[in-house]
Amino acid sequence: MTALLEVTALRKRFGGLVVANDVSLSLAAGDRTALIGPNGAGKTTLVNLITGHLRPDGGRVALAGDDITRLGPTGRVHRGLARSFQVTRLFPSMTAEEHVALALLQRAGKAERMLGNYRRMPDIVEAAHAILGELDLLGDAQSAVRQIPYGRQRMLEIAIVKAMRPKVLLLDEPAAGISHGDTHLIEATINNLDPGLAVLMIEHDMDFVFRFARRVIVMASGKVIFDGTPQEVQRSPEVRSAYLGSYADDRGAA
Amino acid sequence: MNVIPQRHGEAGLLDHEYVRDAIFVAALLAAAYVGFLVMPNMLALLTRMISIMLLVLALDLVTGYAGVATLGHATLFGAGAYAAGIGASQYGVTDPLLMLAVGAAAGAVAGLVCGAVILRGRGLTQLVLSIAIVQLAHEAANKGSSITGGSDGLSGIAPDPLFGMFRFDLFGRTAFWFAVALVVLVVVALRVVMRSPFGMLCRGIKEDPVRIQSMGISVNGTLLRLYLISGVVAGLGGALSAISTRVVGLDSLSFDLSANALVMLVLGGVGNLAGAVVGTVIFVLFENQVSVISPFHWLILVGLLLVAVVLFAPSGVTGLFARLFTTRQRP
Repeated sequence: MTALLEVTALRKRFGGLVVANDVSLSLAAGDRTALIGPNGAGKTTLVNLITGHLRPDGGRVALAGDDITRLGPTGRVHRGLARSFQVTRLFPSMTAEEHVALALLQRAGKAERMLGNYRRMPDIVEAAHAILGELDLLGDAQSAVRQIPYGRQRMLEIAIVKAMRPKVLLLDEPAAGISHGDTHLIEATINNLDPGLAVLMIEHDMDFVFRFARRVIVMASGKVIFDGTPQEVQRSPEVRSAYLGSYADDRGAA
Repeated sequence: MNVIPQRHGEAGLLDHEYVRDAIFVAALLAAAYVGFLVMPNMLALLTRMISIMLLVLALDLVTGYAGVATLGHATLFGAGAYAAGIGASQYGVTDPLLMLAVGAAAGAVAGLVCGAVILRGRGLTQLVLSIAIVQLAHEAANKGSSITGGSDGLSGIAPDPLFGMFRFDLFGRTAFWFAVALVVLVVVALRVVMRSPFGMLCRGIKEDPVRIQSMGISVNGTLLRLYLISGVVAGLGGALSAISTRVVGLDSLSFDLSANALVMLVLGGVGNLAGAVVGTVIFVLFENQVSVISPFHWLILVGLLLVAVVLFAPSGVTGLFARLFTTRQRP
């Protein structure tokens, strides 16, 4: 299968700190890949490099075969790359419906229209309600985001990226900041994403990772140290030492 | 019981919107008529108030809706005033509607230029850039006295009768109703634009530009278009001032006017057009009354008024009313 997203030898340093050291990975349609690694491993930086929010010092990013390394963030979105944020980035005074409508309007090329109200565009309203309905957010459709509980804001974050209909989706800790009991809502939503979508998810909750991912990529200190199945990752000595340091081996030896 | 008011169906909601537009327009016209009846000898003041109101509305677009910090918005107003004034005094463009068009075009160009410069920065940088621009424009108008009249101001502006029928009379009646009609049209147009997808984008940019960008929409492209609209509105205000006062002075292109416009906006409430309208009315009337009582200390009182508003009604006078109204509904 051809790769939808192809990252080749991506490098980035902040001063003396190398945050991405020859990172290569690829995602194909339908992939469900988890990106894990200890804090400071460079996971979010990698997402920012892929989305174009950061400029790499070297390397190449390709989407569906086209080199997008020189493209800015908006250009990459137009090619079919979408992301969610680790901490919700929403518009506090705007309603849930407006958020989804804005994403839909963008895709329809109507986001910069100066006339008409989206409420008068039946296709937009219907599509927005369909997406909000799928995520069980219809009850919040007319509420300003600041009045919606955080867990549901996380769901809205996913509703927005669904509305954008990307080919490749980068989820940056979609379950961050919500109580453990509510994680299953996010999980169900992610499981219901379009099967043809390529998904890369950063996540710390290992149970969630092992249920979701068919492939796991592990980063540490800006490098990919492991790329394989969830079963293999648990046995990998590199991964164990990256997470636990030599302590793990000491205990193993004792 | 605490019941969330049931939303109307789509059609009901739409009617609601148009009803609100109609109420807004009716309120504006009623206020104008009251002003006309109560202050028949001060129509010139009211007309000047309306031209400044257009500047404050223009400022509300970029600052109130989209969150761009600027203390140089009079540049756009001054560009409109000088363009309309120079066109009339030196090139014979004396039809009032044409003068408005000239002012709007000049304001639009000034808006694009200011926007292109100011949007390179963020926050404080924007503020400093905007002050630099208005000071540069002010000095340019001051030094270019062969065209602008310099510190003496630009005179010799004699607008034709409106539609060839209504002379701009000594009492300022024509100018006043001309101004009222203009501001009503502008407010209606802005209400339409600001609830369009574009207006929604602008509000989104104020709250989280990164999210807008990651939705695949260019933040600066959107803001530049907003600056263009803002320039048209401020330019119309400038042209109106040139038409009604028949002079254009350096004060129309000043930091003081920019800062006062911001004070008016904060007084009334940012991010809604009513705030810009109400803020201008309060400020200009207050300034007029208080400066009669105390010609030397009136600015202190304006300062106290502003402090009171910021302390007790941080979202402006309109925000205070909106809060009183909603708290009564929501026990």
